[in-house]
Amino acid sequence: MRSARRKLIFVLITSALWGCAEMGGRMAAKSSTGIPLGSTGPHAVQPLPDRPRFGQPMSEAELAAWNIDIRTPDGRGLPAGQGSVAEGRKVYEAKCVACHGADAKGGPMYGTMVGGIGSFTTNTRVLTPGSMYPYAPILFDYIRRAMPLDRPQTLSADEVYAVSAYLLNLNGLVSADAVMDAARLAQVQMPNRNGFLLDDRPDTRAQRCMTSCK
Amino acid sequence: MARISSRRDFLRKTAALTGGAVAASAAAAPLSVPPSAQEPGRPIPEAMYGMPSKYEAHVARRRSDVLKNRQNWSDWSMTPLQHQPGIITPNGLVFERHHAGTPDIDPAKHRLAIHGMVKQPLAFAMDDLVRYPSVSRFHFHECSGNGLTDWLKPASTTVQQTHGLLSGVLWTGVPAATLLEEAGIDPRGRWALFEGADAAAHARSIRMEKVLDDAIIAYAMNGERLRPENGYPVRLVLPGWEGNTSVKWLRRIKVSDEPWHLRSETARYTDPMPEGKWRQFSMVMECKSVITSPSGGQQLKGPGFYEIAGLAWSGAGRIRAVDVSVDGGRNWREAMVEEPIMDKCLTRFKAGWDWNGAPAVLMSRALDSTGYVQPAVQEIQKARAIAGFVQHHNGIQPWSVNAKGEVRNAIGQA
Ligand code: HEC
Repeated sequence: MRSARRKLIFVLITSALWGCAEMGGRMAAKSSTGIPLGSTGPHAVQPLPDRPRFGQPMSEAELAAWNIDIRTPDGRGLPAGQGSVAEGRKVYEAKCVACHGADAKGGPMYGTMVGGIGSFTTNTRVLTPGSMYPYAPILFDYIRRAMPLDRPQTLSADEVYAVSAYLLNLNGLVSADAVMDAARLAQVQMPNRNGFLLDDRPDTRAQRCMTSCK
Repeated sequence: MARISSRRDFLRKTAALTGGAVAASAAAAPLSVPPSAQEPGRPIPEAMYGMPSKYEAHVARRRSDVLKNRQNWSDWSMTPLQHQPGIITPNGLVFERHHAGTPDIDPAKHRLAIHGMVKQPLAFAMDDLVRYPSVSRFHFHECSGNGLTDWLKPASTTVQQTHGLLSGVLWTGVPAATLLEEAGIDPRGRWALFEGADAAAHARSIRMEKVLDDAIIAYAMNGERLRPENGYPVRLVLPGWEGNTSVKWLRRIKVSDEPWHLRSETARYTDPMPEGKWRQFSMVMECKSVITSPSGGQQLKGPGFYEIAGLAWSGAGRIRAVDVSVDGGRNWREAMVEEPIMDKCLTRFKAGWDWNGAPAVLMSRALDSTGYVQPAVQEIQKARAIAGFVQHHNGIQPWSVNAKGEVRNAIGQA
């Protein structure tokens, strides 16, 4: 009995030590028998003999259908293709007007998408792509990823360029004969380009007053 | 409203039965053996998901009745904080904010891709994600728009409507760092885009420091897999940051050297500032508290003892103290803060109050481990423009109690 028990303890200790050797520098703490205790902290993860790797390698080409983001300040990621204001009007009347209303002035599902430029210094700020977006490629990125609300991610690149051109024209930011493509969309000057400040909070300095505070 | 008045009816009836709340102990009726003790209850079914008692059906998420959207896909529903004891929100009551409704995603088909400025783009299947060493963390979750209808004058009735874009959750998942390190982050990769598989493909640019610090790729909440409306099968969780940055239905992480400046981080989720400016990337939800009982729409039973109870939280750390005032902020005393007190987590505070029957205004004020003191709205107003659809409201919430014991929203009145 006793020697069997001793043998078992020996096996436990050696296997624990062997485990430690494999863990290399990743192990944080050991119990008196050498069994890893893990570390503490925001991500206390049990030390493992090896780092698991379950990700399946992919190529960027295989990811292309999902790779829809545009870096809007410089337009990086804008695809090939183009569309005019006139073509955009057609896309809009077919796929957008039901929710956004005639001339994008507001419909049953959403308020106006035109105007508001210059309203931010008043207390009735009107937020539209024209007044609010600092970079025109935001229109392309957002319409492609989220619009039309009932069938998003179905428009062709040409359709998105065209309807972006149309909305920019309605906001007075490009001419009625404008044609948008990757280069030209990134060059449209948006009025709110310099309208943003980086987070500088905390911006209040409240005191912990306890008696007769006001 | 119907519910509140039926509750009032109930209280009136109870008061009539007992001859008034304070005198209740004097007039208790003799107890009879209830039917529940004289016949067996429901048999145990073969399998079922348990539901709350039918008598708790009024405890439900609700959309705001103050700010009505023209559609209910890009919309929100709020947690009934007045009914929540403790610091955990049951999964069926965790608030919702979606930009294009709730998708139903088959986990067997779902993939999470990591690419961009990495050594090797990778795709993860759900059954592989759950094999990684996991972490479980308690955190509050709050929408940046929590409170936006109630800045300068009362619009909402209940704490569900004023503060219900707030929930407490135990998240379980894989540290984002584990997966990103497996893909191999380019040293110039300072930002990551997180994008959803929903119909809004909602996306945000997140600084790599935050991602590597405490971001969780979560697949479970409060002891079960995520609910569809909370991101099933997998989402990002950014502890302490505005809720929408914790992208749900997560399908893609792309590493880059610069942020994207999408609509969701320029035209939305930015704060109006003086001189027509907008504050951007205001991610941390600052220290805040609210009294959940007594709170708006409730009815006190008459003079006597009440426990003032509420929630405090900070996206910058732990709650250090909470003070309460019953005289509209003139005098304050420190409340009891109940364990556990966790980092970026809902924390309970309590303070006994003997109501003398005179009008009172109840307030709470939290302090966090950075020393920051929750401000009054007037203090926020000195720094920001408060007009329109304004986010990041962490101002002190007053509730007024009149001589009849009716509790009302008193924002901007005290
Ligand atoms: C089924 C209704 C519906 C249809 C169809 C629709 N939209 Fe929308 N659109 C919405 C809603 C609702 C929002 C607001 C979504 C949000 O803020 O989360 C919106 C928002 C937008 C915005 C953002 C506006 C801003 O101020 O930032 C743009 C741009 C837009 N839509 C363009 C389009 C275009 C272009 C089409 C047609 C190709 C289209 N929409 C079709 C409902 C619709």
